Amino acid sequence: MSDIVEKTLTALPGLFLQHQAAGGSGVPRVSVSSRLGSLIRSITALTSKHEEEKLIQQELANLKATVSAPGTTLDLQSTNLVEVCMALTIVSQIFPREMIPAVLPLIEEKLQHSKEIIRRKAVQALYKFHLIAPNQVQHIHVKFRKALCDRDVGVMAASLHIYLRMIKENPSAYKDLTGSFVTILKQVVGGKLPVDFNYHSVPAPWLQIQLLRILGLLGKDDPRTSELTYDVLDESLRRAELSHNITYAILFECVHTIYTIYPKPELLEKAARCIGKFVLSPKINLKYLGLKALTYVIQQDPNLALQHQMTIIECLDHPDPIIKRETLELLYRITNAQNVSVIVQKMLEYLQQSKEEYIIISLVGKIAELAEKYAPDNEWFIQTMNAVFSVGGDVMHPDIPNNFLRLLAEGFDDENEDKQLRLYAVQSYLSLLEIENAFYPQRFLQVMSWVLGEYSYLLDKGTPEMVLTKLYRLLMNKSTTSETKTWIMAAVTKLTPQALSSKTVEKIIQEFSVSLDTCMRQHAFELKHLQENVELMKNLFLVDKSCEDLVVDASLSFLDGFVAEGLDQGAAPYKPHHQRQEEKLSQGKVLNFEPYGLSFSSNMSSSGYTGRQSPAGISLSSDVSGNSAETGQKETNSLKLEGVKKLWGKEGYLPKKENKAKNNPELQPVPQDSTLMENVDQMMIKKEQSQALHHSEEEAEKQRLASTLFVGLGSESAVSLLGKTDTVSHKFRRKSKVNDTKNRKVTSAHNINCSSFSPLSNAPYEDNNHLNNFQDKGDTGLKKCSLGSEFLESSLKSDSLTELDLVENLSVCNLSPSSLFEDNSMEIFHPPQPTLSSSATEISLTSSLLEELNEHVHSDLVELCNNEMITVSSCKIWKDDSLLLVWMVANKSNLELKSMNLEITSTENFKILEHPGFSFPVIEAESTTSIQHCVQMEKPFTEEGLSGYVKYQMEEDPCIQLEFSLTISLLDFIRPMKICTEDFGKLWLSSGNDVKQNVKMPDSQANLPFALKTLQQKLRLHIVDIIGNEGILACQLLPSIPCLLHLRAYAGIVALWFRSSCSTLPDYLLYQCQKVLEES
Amino acid sequence: MIKFFLMVNKQGQTRLSRYYEHVEINKRTILEADVIKTCLTRSKEQCSFIEYKDFKLIYRQYAALFIVVGINDTENEMAVYEFIHNFVEVLDMYFSRVSELDIMFNLDKVHIILDEMVLNGCIVETNKARILAPLLILDKMAES
Repeated sequence: MSDIVEKTLTALPGLFLQHQAAGGSGVPRVSVSSRLGSLIRSITALTSKHEEEKLIQQELANLKATVSAPGTTLDLQSTNLVEVCMALTIVSQIFPREMIPAVLPLIEEKLQHSKEIIRRKAVQALYKFHLIAPNQVQHIHVKFRKALCDRDVGVMAASLHIYLRMIKENPSAYKDLTGSFVTILKQVVGGKLPVDFNYHSVPAPWLQIQLLRILGLLGKDDPRTSELTYDVLDESLRRAELSHNITYAILFECVHTIYTIYPKPELLEKAARCIGKFVLSPKINLKYLGLKALTYVIQQDPNLALQHQMTIIECLDHPDPIIKRETLELLYRITNAQNVSVIVQKMLEYLQQSKEEYIIISLVGKIAELAEKYAPDNEWFIQTMNAVFSVGGDVMHPDIPNNFLRLLAEGFDDENEDKQLRLYAVQSYLSLLEIENAFYPQRFLQVMSWVLGEYSYLLDKGTPEMVLTKLYRLLMNKSTTSETKTWIMAAVTKLTPQALSSKTVEKIIQEFSVSLDTCMRQHAFELKHLQENVELMKNLFLVDKSCEDLVVDASLSFLDGFVAEGLDQGAAPYKPHHQRQEEKLSQGKVLNFEPYGLSFSSNMSSSGYTGRQSPAGISLSSDVSGNSAETGQKETNSLKLEGVKKLWGKEGYLPKKENKAKNNPELQPVPQDSTLMENVDQMMIKKEQSQALHHSEEEAEKQRLASTLFVGLGSESAVSLLGKTDTVSHKFRRKSKVNDTKNRKVTSAHNINCSSFSPLSNAPYEDNNHLNNFQDKGDTGLKKCSLGSEFLESSLKSDSLTELDLVENLSVCNLSPSSLFEDNSMEIFHPPQPTLSSSATEISLTSSLLEELNEHVHSDLVELCNNEMITVSSCKIWKDDSLLLVWMVANKSNLELKSMNLEITSTENFKILEHPGFSFPVIEAESTTSIQHCVQMEKPFTEEGLSGYVKYQMEEDPCIQLEFSLTISLLDFIRPMKICTEDFGKLWLSSGNDVKQNVKMPDSQANLPFALKTLQQKLRLHIVDIIGNEGILACQLLPSIPCLLHLRAYAGIVALWFRSSCSTLPDYLLYQCQKVLEES
Repeated sequence: MIKFFLMVNKQGQTRLSRYYEHVEINKRTILEADVIKTCLTRSKEQCSFIEYKDFKLIYRQYAALFIVVGINDTENEMAVYEFIHNFVEVLDMYFSRVSELDIMFNLDKVHIILDEMVLNGCIVETNKARILAPLLILDKMAES
């Protein structure tokens, strides 16, 4: 603290002078400067450190208040240039989010200021706003563009920061600006800027770097945009004369951009040559930069690694750790099945020297990944993983041991191979545990104990007793944590059926049934009881069945009878935790005068028994009993309501509420597409060593190292051996065969359970099966219109799926009769119609489709892109639980289109629930097909482009690709939330994140009903209640983030007050509300 | 993004620190001490970039004073390295042959200069004349 004070004191004279000067220019500042004086005086008068701290804290609080509030606003309105300038600087550094609406108009005004410095600082302030509350500056995007085109370089450069950020979030929305950025960069590179922007005679280097980054983002995966940038990138490469460090910085960025955008061979070649200059430079900083660039580049062109292999070898033994580290990073990207062991060895060597936690975490992760992908044999794999666990210990990512165990458990295609691997693991762990006084990290011990518990049966010699002794020793070790002990205990439990009447087990039980650790004591007792029932234990702990799930009745339906009995005898129904809490809350407000429900207990018991016969019924009844309190409460609720009505009957209020209570919205679960994206190999390198490799005659050892490191990277004769490498690389790839095995083996597991527990329901399993069926169908192509009975059944069973089926069938079969959808639920049984005559298909299809979905709100059909052959248009359907996108591809030509393919680029913000790609073999001439995608939001965003392309082939011509993009806004995921006033109150109290704002409305319309209607219609908010001049509304962001709005109208002003559990939602909705209310 | 900007002398005394990401006050002291220790152990032949925790340090030494900048992986190391030099050139221009003492006794001005150049972790101005313009106006007002 005193250090800060010291600094403050040194700075004070300067500040003092400034304030006096400002005061002199006509603004009354006496109060401020005198306060400053008194502060200095009081600090010098202080005696203790404690007092000093107190004083400074108080002063800080005062300062905060002055800075954040009217002070800056006043300064912004000042006519004094310096004051405005300083105020803007402050605004762009620290500013409270809530104050933005207040100062935004002032800042916007400053964008027109005649002085460049003010305009520049205003743009910087807007950048700050964009950082902290992007939604509030959404409407001034036009002004950003103006700033970009400003006649002053500084203002333009300031706007680039905003653009870089926005483009990073959503590149597709700013493609049209590519031309402008290219022109600017051309001018900068061409030396058109004033000389004072030069740094060591390089024109505005940091500006160039910024522009190169933007171009890289825009051109990524986009050949058309990239095309525009090739020229200027070429020029940048050419112009950068290697005289100064800063040109290397620009070149590095340039190379990065060239390798990020859609590739152009010529340019790549030039960039690669450029990298040579870096890598070969004697200057260490440049060498580092070169290695980093090489790391980017090598992913596209592994041959470059060959060119620089000698340098890479040298860098591998470099004394500077960061160079070594960067080299390892590079090697990691060129790893293949042939060089994996050398590279991993180098990585492990580095790990042994490094103590830095972050480095260990990242390197250990990489080693584990490489080992899993390319391991040459079992022995090596286990040994490497042992090293990983020993070094990574307890800092590594928990996924590593989890993945490893799953890999062991799930195995690969070859049964025999699996056994070998497991056996080797068991043997190696046993020998590790043999060593006296060896210390292993806890995670490693956990892995060991799991593997020993599962697979020590594979050992030929040695009894379970021997393994148990080792585990016992671990259990008794003082340094073993209680978490690890639980793992070990589980292993012991698994081994017990194989070693009946083992002394060690007895010892463990004895030892731990008096343990102070309650968890261990529990396990010991469980083990003891299990040991008494050998038959059950053997069935429970099957050998080598770790992948199969035991089917247990999680709903505890076998307790139904017991529960019903209890209820009959007047016991209080079970209430889940959240419900108890809710009741506590509501009890605080209202006294419950109702006697405890008499009617429902008999009701309950009957329903509890009725469903017993069928397996489906069991789960149903258990559902009822599980939530018995809820149903019970509903009933008492309605009772209460009646009483209320009699007592305080309020017109127009209660009937509505009753309605709402009845149609309690229940969100249907949407079936998730479980098609796992296969782990795409990052490395596309698998090529065979080229014989044309000619090594320069250097030290033999390095040569040897090089040949081992760079084996498998080469240019020629790749095809013949590609297949071979491939199989090797797949060796340790994870496989998800859990589902299959579950289906096959579940019966046996089921039987076992039946013997030990009373009636079990297999309903959950059946559900699962249906879902699988459905998904299988989905995968194999939805064209199969001859629907098997099984398929029908499955689609019938699950309501939510039916609709989707329908939609998919519809889209594939080119159905035209608009009558088809009159009865929604029945149509699925109709045999599909043959493809129809081409006339007027589009319209009929459109109309039929929309008719079907008429119950949902939808947008108009918007044309996205077209050419002379096809038109792609789309419409959004705002379904209750998701956003449905319908794409229509119309073939306008009189030719047949082949291998039609519509692909949506996936982004991290959305989850697209069907296959992102969709292909039809053929579209008939002059006909239309439609595809639907169900979109769910993953991460909140304000606006995001969804891009994709349509590919088709006409006769024998090459494929034609047509790109399109569609903007999706957060508003597409906002749905009304139908709740009653009471729930609203509860939710209101429990939500944080307040946002309040007054909105002016045109006088004639400033009444509440109008405002409410506007919000209901345009934003799909649900009106919960209207009381006097106040209204409450509710909506939810899919899947289920509620946002509440309280609205009060008076004197031409509408006061909006939002609350939500999500912090960004209120801001966004406020902006939208403001927009619709002001527009109306 | 630039995470912080430090000026520390060989004795480990912090002359200036500016954070662009929230770091608790007591953690700052620890970080600064650790950072300077890391920088001091490095020789001239070693790289000016250091991997530190989950980010990188870029440092440059001027006489007994180290300037250390913490950056994340979106930043271009060399561009930041040269930016440090640009900053020193601006100081040199303003103080005419800048020394550690200038920085100690004109901390407010150094801060004003730095704030003109870096804002919210971004390099916003590198044109020397423009960086110094507001400060020169303030000086002129103080004189009159």
